[in-house]
Amino acid sequence: MSPVLIAALPFLGALLAGLAARAGRTAVMLAAGLCTAAALAGLIGHWPAIAQGTPVTAAFDWLPQVGLEAAFRIDGLALMFAGMILGIGILILIYARYYMGETEDFARFIVYLMLFQGAMTGIVLSDNLLLLLVSWELTSLTSFLLIGWWRDATEARQGARMALAVTAGGGLALMAGLLILGQIAGTYSISGLAAHAEAIQASPAFLPALILILLGAFTKSAQFPFHFWLPRAMAAPTPVSAYLHSATMVKAGLFLMARLWPVLAGGWEWTAIVATTGLLTMVIAAKIAFFQDDMKALLAYSTVSHLGLITFLLGLGTEPAALAAVVHILAHASFKAALFLTAGIVDHETGTRRLSRLGGLARVMPLTFGVAAVASLSMAGVPPLAGFLSKEMALEEAAHATVFGLPWLVALIATIGAAWSVGYSLRFLVHGFLGQPREDMAEPPHDPGAGLLISPMILAALTAVGGIVPMQVLAPLADVAASAVTGLPVHGHLALWHGLDSAALWMSLAAFGAGVAFVALWPQLSAMFEAAPKLDAKRMFDAVIGAITALARRIDTQMHDGNPVRSFALAVPAMVAVGLWAFLGTSHLPGDRAVLSPHPAAVIGWAVLMLATLTTAIVHRARLFALLLTAAVGLVLALAYAVLSAPDLALTQISVEVVATLLMLLALSLLPRVTPAETPWPARLRDAAIAAAAGIGIAALALSIMLRNPAFPPISIFHWAQSKPGAGGTNAVNTIIVDFRGYDTYGEITVLGIAALVIFAMATALLSNRRALARLRRHDTGGNSGDPHPQIVQVAVRFLLPLALVVALYIFLRGHNLPGGGFVAGLVVAIGLLLQYIASGFAWVEMRRRLSPHALIGAGILVATATGAVAWGFGRPFLTSTYGHVILPVIGDIELASAAAFDLGVFLCVLGAVVLAIAALARLGAATTDGEEEEG
Amino acid sequence: MEYLVASAIGLMTATGVYLILRRRTFPVVLGLTFLSHAVNLFIFSSGRLKMAAPPIVGRVAEPSDPLPQALVLTAIVISFGMTAVIVLMAVGARFGTGDDRVAPEREAP
Repeated sequence: MSPVLIAALPFLGALLAGLAARAGRTAVMLAAGLCTAAALAGLIGHWPAIAQGTPVTAAFDWLPQVGLEAAFRIDGLALMFAGMILGIGILILIYARYYMGETEDFARFIVYLMLFQGAMTGIVLSDNLLLLLVSWELTSLTSFLLIGWWRDATEARQGARMALAVTAGGGLALMAGLLILGQIAGTYSISGLAAHAEAIQASPAFLPALILILLGAFTKSAQFPFHFWLPRAMAAPTPVSAYLHSATMVKAGLFLMARLWPVLAGGWEWTAIVATTGLLTMVIAAKIAFFQDDMKALLAYSTVSHLGLITFLLGLGTEPAALAAVVHILAHASFKAALFLTAGIVDHETGTRRLSRLGGLARVMPLTFGVAAVASLSMAGVPPLAGFLSKEMALEEAAHATVFGLPWLVALIATIGAAWSVGYSLRFLVHGFLGQPREDMAEPPHDPGAGLLISPMILAALTAVGGIVPMQVLAPLADVAASAVTGLPVHGHLALWHGLDSAALWMSLAAFGAGVAFVALWPQLSAMFEAAPKLDAKRMFDAVIGAITALARRIDTQMHDGNPVRSFALAVPAMVAVGLWAFLGTSHLPGDRAVLSPHPAAVIGWAVLMLATLTTAIVHRARLFALLLTAAVGLVLALAYAVLSAPDLALTQISVEVVATLLMLLALSLLPRVTPAETPWPARLRDAAIAAAAGIGIAALALSIMLRNPAFPPISIFHWAQSKPGAGGTNAVNTIIVDFRGYDTYGEITVLGIAALVIFAMATALLSNRRALARLRRHDTGGNSGDPHPQIVQVAVRFLLPLALVVALYIFLRGHNLPGGGFVAGLVVAIGLLLQYIASGFAWVEMRRRLSPHALIGAGILVATATGAVAWGFGRPFLTSTYGHVILPVIGDIELASAAAFDLGVFLCVLGAVVLAIAALARLGAATTDGEEEEG
Repeated sequence: MEYLVASAIGLMTATGVYLILRRRTFPVVLGLTFLSHAVNLFIFSSGRLKMAAPPIVGRVAEPSDPLPQALVLTAIVISFGMTAVIVLMAVGARFGTGDDRVAPEREAP
């Protein structure tokens, strides 16, 4: 199976799970589970090749200009991680099916979970730094949705927000780090980086890149001092905690460090930062974990501690340490997932996860106890379980590490960490399950059904089998993964017994003794811990976030106080000043282009336009008059376009002017008739000065452009030359719109459609707002002109509609060769329809309207998209056009361009948008009057 | 002719800016219309002016520049869409808040 398909299957699962929502929870679980299983099967199918050391790759260009290639690669490390993600994913899906309450929106939950799974799979399979980054961010987002699943709960929201802030903040650092890394290496291919390892480590930018990348990894893997988000993320439903914090999310940081190990490890910087952080995290978190009362919190801090241990091992930078890290990743995933699921079962059955309120569950829940015992003893490092094996390997590495010239320091710290680890593992077991059963439970707890138990049982079995026969179960996978990490062939010897001269054995024994003592001394230790002062990470985090928010708000209110007039009054002079500064900065030659002599009719038109414009500015408070003057300006403008050889523009301008004026007339009936005189004259003078500066500036700019010839030949020479042979039309403006710049037009009609939908939504919102509706009802639309819909007008206008349709058809058909086209045709039909609204009233038209404008907009965009997509079928880029001749009887030779279909999309969309926009206003207008009057 | 067009662009811009600086919604809507007119004419004029030379292949040998025309054609339609949105915002504000002020009561600097 192609790696691309493996990476895509979880997303398909998300889609199918969403679609199966109505078919019940089992169907949802099966849809998601089967996709996951298929991906896992495909992954396992690659095992023979990968066991031979041959990675499986697949790639296609995505954005080659920025080095973004959708490259996927499965090697040993990717196989191991993807196997954990998908394998444990299946178990979690089964568990979640029985865990989530009946009232939960289970399908949505599974969709989120599968999206997360897809993002994680993307991280581990990607062979491109940028693709990895995209997946990385996707895990932050989807985990936010999962952690905050119970959005009614404050701590769930806060936990989710904190997780997002920390991991997404780290993601930003990671982005910077990976970009630097890619720049140094000259490639964003992960497998290609290793060849540049020496050059990368020698670069002066190496240390910043390393620190930034590690920030990303440490925040994700909850390393000290970024560990605080992980325990708060326990507000998530237990399946999420088990999945995110055993096998996936927090392991992403480890994966990143392992993946980039050949490139980044080896130098002192790596070891100093990574090993130290890991060791500190391990011991600090292990101690905190021991004192937790909540089972999930205990497991959360223990996860932080184990992640620290693995980070430490990766930080050592040696091959045996890398092998130990890989083995411990596997072991930890198995026992930790089992423990989380067990904690969930306890919570489910007893209603609490607090160890101080639990005890004696072993007698009433024997099966659950069995799972908990195996998994927590594995976590404690008791033979013959997998946890013992990997901890021995880790301690062995710690015993041989030397810092500050002290050969015993690392070993000591590691042993202390291991002792706490034994302590909390035993505490989970002893305080939760042993002792006398509690009498104060509302209902006596008992083992849950098979649905909840099967997943943790399988995991517990794995951790046991992995420890008993490691060479058969763990070693093959660990070997290929470690080989992929180090780039060298690794053949580890995994065994439970290494002889009496093994340092790890004695460290283990010491840790075990101390751990047992800790549990025995629990009451005293607990009292000491409670008395000791502690830092509250949440309060510190909240303080930092609060300070940042306050700063942002202060800057924001200073820059932008919500008054657009003020912003505009500042922006316009600034723009004029910049233009003036640029103008004065260089020398200028006088314009040499011959000036057109003005036509006498043009001078008259100009005079009308100038007079109307100036009058509008002066008398704008009389709103209706100002509106009429504005319309007059628009009409003169249309004439100007006609005179200046732009017939298409003239047609468009004149039809838009009609529609726009209609729209504003409607609006004016809903607004006050006059603008009150409330601005004092100094302010008016200032505004006039600003306006004059802008006007003079733009006029000077326009004039200096028009008085000079272009410095470069215009690109439209190409459009002109290719209009007929390339696009099959003689109207160059139309061929540019529907063909050469079809993509622009495609975007524009989409924007127009969206604008109309926004208008519709705003009108709907206004009508559903009770206070606004009350104001609307009270509004007096002003002068009553008697009969609002005289019959003679109604009849006359009804004849206009077919006429408008014919004219539009004519304009549309000739558009490719002569002035016209979809835009104008759409406007003409819209005007024909709007006249019906005016003549016969809103309600009359709405009752007889068959086509909804929404459908027209949708159809327009679909037609345009389909026209563009047809080109794909011929292996050409989107919107490639073609044309041909069709000979019809009677009519004769007709030239058909595929662009005409695109123009049809433009037509439909423009028509729909205009009608929808005006109808929305008309609906508001209809709400002011009594509905019955409209009916007549 | 160039001087006529340039002065028209200038005056329409000035009127547009002046009206946008008013405190009530309706003049702002008119101002945006004037500003759109000015900008459209400005972009059109950047193709230089020509008379009796529509860009139709076969009609003329030296046409006016079709590219700015195509840009302006779609711009005209889009500015209608924008005006319509602003108009509805104005109406919505009028009935949502009870008056048609652009900004809350406060003297601009």
